[in-house]
Amino acid sequence: MKPKKESQLIEFWLQLRKNKLAVVALVLLVLLVLVAILAPVLAPYPYAEMHPEDSYAPSSSKYLLGSDKLGRDVLSRLLWGARQSLEMGIISVAIAAVVGIFLGALAGYYGGWKDNLIMRFLDVYESMPMMLLCITLAAILGPSLRNAIIAIGVGSVPGYARLTRATILTVREKEYIEAARAINSSDAIIIVKHVIPNCMAPLIVDITMNVGNCILAGAGLSYIGLGVQAPVPEWGAMISEARNILRDHFSLSLYPGICVMISVLACNLLGDGLRDALDPRLKN
Amino acid sequence: MIRYVVKRLLMMIPILLCISFFVMVLIDITPGDPARLLLGNTATEEKIESLREEWGLNDPLPVRYGRFVWNILHGDFGTSYQTKRPVATEMFQRFPYTLLIAVLSLVLSVFIGIPLGVLAATHQYTIWDNVAIFLSLIAVSMPGFWFALLLIRYFGVVLAILPTSGIEDWKGWILPTVSLALGYAAIIARQTRSNLLEVIRQDYITTARAKGLAEGRVLYLHAMKNAIIPVVMIVGSIFGASLGGALIAEIVFSVPGLGQYTLSGLSNRDYPVIQGSVLILSGLYSVIILVIDLLFALIDPRIRSQYSSKREKIRKKGGVAANEAEEGVAAD
Repeated sequence: MKPKKESQLIEFWLQLRKNKLAVVALVLLVLLVLVAILAPVLAPYPYAEMHPEDSYAPSSSKYLLGSDKLGRDVLSRLLWGARQSLEMGIISVAIAAVVGIFLGALAGYYGGWKDNLIMRFLDVYESMPMMLLCITLAAILGPSLRNAIIAIGVGSVPGYARLTRATILTVREKEYIEAARAINSSDAIIIVKHVIPNCMAPLIVDITMNVGNCILAGAGLSYIGLGVQAPVPEWGAMISEARNILRDHFSLSLYPGICVMISVLACNLLGDGLRDALDPRLKN
Repeated sequence: MIRYVVKRLLMMIPILLCISFFVMVLIDITPGDPARLLLGNTATEEKIESLREEWGLNDPLPVRYGRFVWNILHGDFGTSYQTKRPVATEMFQRFPYTLLIAVLSLVLSVFIGIPLGVLAATHQYTIWDNVAIFLSLIAVSMPGFWFALLLIRYFGVVLAILPTSGIEDWKGWILPTVSLALGYAAIIARQTRSNLLEVIRQDYITTARAKGLAEGRVLYLHAMKNAIIPVVMIVGSIFGASLGGALIAEIVFSVPGLGQYTLSGLSNRDYPVIQGSVLILSGLYSVIILVIDLLFALIDPRIRSQYSSKREKIRKKGGVAANEAEEGVAAD
């Protein structure tokens, strides 16, 4: 089994490598993760360190991107902000994917009343616009990074459940599932070892793109004050802090927005690249 | 078809009941007391307790839920704890703003997105295609509220031709609508492009071209008919997003719509306001989804046939069988 798996991975990599934009996006994302991890080392100042004498300093060698109202270094805050944004993107997608794939696999594999029950549940779920659900959840649970992550994660579950269910319906009747059943594998083993791996291709694309969307949603929640709380820097919250000084200090809202845009753009480009690389119709 | 619509409308009732039940449970299990928030920290325990009693918050959950449903059925959404005004009246005043922003931005995004997608698809691998794709990627990846601030900066502050907040005349609608529409237009353009590219490669398009149809007719009469179906689906899901997006756009542009109302209700734990706005927005969303589904049936005969009731199907089948039998007799 092992060598075949490796060759598939290599084949996949060769496919992906053809797409220059996707490779650029991958590099960008790796850089972003590195920045998030190394923020304490890279940032010239601690994110909350105030220099009241340097309020709204222009960009200079002391503050590369200038400083904000309290004289905090914008560059340091942007670097630290990568942490919060990535956390919101990755953890909420992880929550959504695990719960969604579980529900979708259950519904798709068993069918019958379990399918019906889960799908009706999703109908109710999806009757609320996602952003409304996120705002409601985040506000009722109380504004904090953790609750924003939960809210976004919970809000993204139905998409994964539906996608998993739809994919499993096409896999369920394949011969290898029948073979696994014939050698008396339990349902759990069949689902985890045979069904889900064969449904991964569309899910991986969805997960990649969803990280970007969740970063956007997280920035939105922080912007309206339901996400990361001060003094911890977050890009959406930084834009929000600077929204009333557009006339004089526009750069304070410009830079964090560019950071969000680049991260989301990287996720979308990589997602596009993955879809092309994983699509068997495009092979050869 | 009518049976189907009625069935779907009836289905909405349990769904909306479930949603408001979930909201009530969620409110119930999280800490926070609207009475304490209204009266402030200086209020005495007795005062808070009497206010809670007045609002009926001390009753058990099923009683409260039953009362809530009973009141809703009588068109009574309750009274806001904070403003002391009926929630139904306040929502009625604010609702048009939210709906109008959502609808205007949706219309604008369709009018930008579809032509852009067609342009990109018909000029595949040219500079037009690349520019359209690149622009739409950028637009999809931008936070809407940030783009809104960019618009405010250039049109409101630097050029000073449009108001930066509030809605006094028609000019006030422009920035909120445009800021929301951009991202949606990009999604629609991407979807249109990829669908059209898929359809254009089909055999029947080659046939249409081979029999000498003008390219315009091939494109709009043959290709678009099939390519537009998934776009309609995307537009439907975008409408849901635009309702949520309108909430944020309202906050950015201080439009007196449901967004601010919902948010202030949430931060004050103003339960009637929360329940009312969640119910109204979800109800509206469900109706829109239904309309989109019907639109589907209108443009796609394959789906329309699924909606016709079972009896009709049997009748049709029976009719076909009878015809065949007759033909058989005639052949003999």
